[in-house]
Amino acid sequence: MVFTTPVLNYAQLSPILIVLAGAVIGVLIEAFAPRNARHNSQMFISLLSLVSAFAATVSIRKQAGVDAAMNSVAFDGAAFLIQATILIIAVLAVFLIADQENFTALAAAIPGSQEERESLQKDLRVTEVYPLTLFAVAGMLLFPIATDLITLFVALEVLSLPLYLMAGLSRRRRLMSQEAALKYFLLGAFSSAFFLFGIAYLYGYSGTITLSGIQQSIVGGSGNDVFLLLGIAFLSVGLLFKVGAVPFHAWSPDVYQGAPTAITGFMAAATKVAAFGAILRIFYVAFANAEWQWRPALVIVAIITMLFGSVVAITQRDVKRMLAYSSIAHAGFLLAGVIALNKSGLDASIFYLFAYGIATLGAFAIVTLIRDAAGEVTDLNRWSGLGKRSPLTASVFALFLLTFAGIPLTSGFIGKFSIFSAAYQSGSTAILITGVLSSAIAAFFYIRVIVLMFFKDPVEDGTSVVLPSALTAIAIAIAAVVTIVLGIFPAPLLSFIESTAFFIR
Amino acid sequence: MNALTLLGLLPLLGALLVSVIPNDQVIRIKQAALATTLLVALSAILMWFNFDAANTSYQFVQVAEWIPSFGINYAVGVDGLSLVLILLSVLLTPIVVLAGWNESEGGRWSAKVFYILILVLETMMIGVFAATDVFLFYVFFEAMLIPVYFLIGGYGSGERAAAAVKFLLYSLFGGLLMLASIIGLFVISSKNGGATFDITKLSEMHNYMSSTTQNLLFLGFFIAFAIKAPVWPLHTWLPDAAASATPGTSVLLLGVLDKVGTFGMIRFCLSLFPDASKTFTPIILVFAVISIVYGAFLAIGARDIKRLIAYTSISHFGFITMGIFAMTTQGHSGATLYMFNHGFSTAALFLVAGWMISRRKSSTIADFGGLQRVTPVMAWSFFIAGMSSLALPGLSSFVSEFLVLVGTFTRYPVAAVIATFGIVLAALYILIPVQKALHGPTTPGNENLADLNLREKIAIGPVLAVIIALGFYPAPLLNVINPASAHVIESQGFSDPLPSEGAGK
Repeated sequence: MVFTTPVLNYAQLSPILIVLAGAVIGVLIEAFAPRNARHNSQMFISLLSLVSAFAATVSIRKQAGVDAAMNSVAFDGAAFLIQATILIIAVLAVFLIADQENFTALAAAIPGSQEERESLQKDLRVTEVYPLTLFAVAGMLLFPIATDLITLFVALEVLSLPLYLMAGLSRRRRLMSQEAALKYFLLGAFSSAFFLFGIAYLYGYSGTITLSGIQQSIVGGSGNDVFLLLGIAFLSVGLLFKVGAVPFHAWSPDVYQGAPTAITGFMAAATKVAAFGAILRIFYVAFANAEWQWRPALVIVAIITMLFGSVVAITQRDVKRMLAYSSIAHAGFLLAGVIALNKSGLDASIFYLFAYGIATLGAFAIVTLIRDAAGEVTDLNRWSGLGKRSPLTASVFALFLLTFAGIPLTSGFIGKFSIFSAAYQSGSTAILITGVLSSAIAAFFYIRVIVLMFFKDPVEDGTSVVLPSALTAIAIAIAAVVTIVLGIFPAPLLSFIESTAFFIR
Repeated sequence: MNALTLLGLLPLLGALLVSVIPNDQVIRIKQAALATTLLVALSAILMWFNFDAANTSYQFVQVAEWIPSFGINYAVGVDGLSLVLILLSVLLTPIVVLAGWNESEGGRWSAKVFYILILVLETMMIGVFAATDVFLFYVFFEAMLIPVYFLIGGYGSGERAAAAVKFLLYSLFGGLLMLASIIGLFVISSKNGGATFDITKLSEMHNYMSSTTQNLLFLGFFIAFAIKAPVWPLHTWLPDAAASATPGTSVLLLGVLDKVGTFGMIRFCLSLFPDASKTFTPIILVFAVISIVYGAFLAIGARDIKRLIAYTSISHFGFITMGIFAMTTQGHSGATLYMFNHGFSTAALFLVAGWMISRRKSSTIADFGGLQRVTPVMAWSFFIAGMSSLALPGLSSFVSEFLVLVGTFTRYPVAAVIATFGIVLAALYILIPVQKALHGPTTPGNENLADLNLREKIAIGPVLAVIIALGFYPAPLLNVINPASAHVIESQGFSDPLPSEGAGK
């Protein structure tokens, strides 16, 4: 057996490497720095590494190649756009994480124990959340650019494991938070198993684990189609689980509700971008020629996801659960971009991911501001009259709701328009009609929240809007501005995506 | 800068001006709003003088790239039809501001917000009629819902929040169906000569559609407009909205916003889908006739004065829809003129009714009685407005109703004959309340009502003057309308049936 030295294109891997380096430094800080110096230095390292990773990915944006790491990783226009989106979202998420009011003082302490009380008294900080975030980001950066199934799996685990932990770090209602983490972990592990199973079948079908190899086998048509179908099906289960598509969505409302809100925002936005980045690459590159095998099934999943998310969201009384179901519906809309399977579908998906990710983060940032003595107030009834208490907060939240609903002059509308027209272009009338219908249903619950905030009188129960920390305020402001600007002047970003996005094969 | 764009921007600038005036200087805010709307009205009248009626193409045209990726332009221009509707909007707005001088009191928010909403709405009203790009039209069509929603929900009376939501959901639902059709048009255009939203180019696209496609796309547009107009059986939101909104908002809602529906039928349904329009004409005529008769019966049974006016409007919108789908030049001219006249007579009715209600503190017709003796000016104003609503010869509505009936009769005699009963019913639904409220002995509770003050007289004067003047001399408007109507009929291959002189020949 001959071992070849791996040839790595360090430039194209640099964003991932920088973030990983930041994560490792973060771990070292946890181990060696004195407790009171950790928070600021962790935050500094996190932001520094994310920003430099962003700079790195921008500097290599014109490069393209499949040989970044021995044919396991590709870098191309789509990769650059997805990575840049993830990094922007991650920076904003770190702004939210910096407000430690959200997090438990000591994750290891048993809820209700003496140890927990002491940790709270000492005002400890869970600074380990920063390196965890960075590890997750590194996995997210790798996920959409991996071109062989093993690397893909590794990336999936690297991004998921820190998230499982982070979901359990809530400061209040810790049992619920830990339950959410456990649920997320168990179901996540389950879906990972499916994913692996799918890899095995695909290997059995094609004798290779690279996406382009699978594509060639499909074109050659010599393999056993049953293996191909099973492979695609199981792989899709793993991927659809991550984006919360029906019927693999069961974890998301509980996890969204239980996790610390800053983490929920990060998870909802960044995970979705990374997972859809990977889905797009897998389906566009590896399975494009087998579209007759997977497309009908994916159309059905998309339709059910859109309708289910919108309908069930109506009954929610908790703002985080409502946003969870809304994000399920949005996963359905995004699947329309995968189904489109054309260049405009790719462009539209990337635009949608960017617009949706930023707005989602902004919406969860607002949720962190509505509090009472016991922490965040997520019961929607207690949000009534928010417009009177704090017109600005309520208006900005209304803006995010309107963009989720896809009202013109917000980024969500442009996203919806482009993704539905791409789907219709590829001949999927059913997607277009269900998309429009479920948008109408979804509008109902978004508007209900607006009614609640503006047309109901406040309940005097101690609910109040806290002043955001400077970083949270910046994150919200950026999200709001992006939402409006992309709604009114989307042309520069759209044409940039149009000229940049492509998948190298 | 283009005159039309400038006209649209003026109210927005006014809104900016209003927004910098301190909250406690309510008078200044009102004066600024009134001055702006008057300036807009004057500018629009100037435009009318510079409009070349003989030229049937769009005038005051401006086209600028907006979202080139989708072929979307900022494109505005007016023909006779849109000019008349823009005139209607900008003439009614200052009247509404002046007549509803105190409407902003008793709202959830300050007077400042009220006038900002009104001014923003005015910009959108101008934009929706001026847009010659279907996408731009859609953006205005949807975006204008938001200010109206807040105007009803924030400043109305009674079940204002519920009425606002009902209005918004109905309109959003229709709008989303239209969005699906717009996406369909976009995809068809991009397959046939390049993606465009230009209304003139899109009106060629029906040549490339199968009749099924054309029918479906037509329905998407038509249902949206039928909700807006509203046509039976999609009218149920209107009475609630009109009963809850302030009189001024109701004037804008019924006078202008609902006209977007009938305007859209001409501009989009007929021009873009001529064959589908012909296919659906019989059904639509049935709905229109039902609207005429059913609206009239509801009005006869109405106890609440605002609901009464809303029901009469449903009847009138039936006439307009019938005139449009009669597909004759006369029917079209009549329908367009009807839109203008209905705007003014409804404005008069709503404004006077609003004053009556605010004085009597009741909107039940039965509570009034013998106003003629106590408040002669108010009573006479209501009387003239009512007579215009029942289309008394010599008042403006007569001309348009006559034209619609004649235009319909030449092609669809049965529909025209049944619709004629609408006129008889109109006499009932107007004369009964006029008799109850104005004539006879003054009933208890009405003895001390104050007559119109100077401001109110100044507000209602021009409205009544227009009603009477156009009744005797409609030529200034018809000169603008007729060529545009003839153009729509000809350009899409509809022809006027020859009048069969002496049927036995």
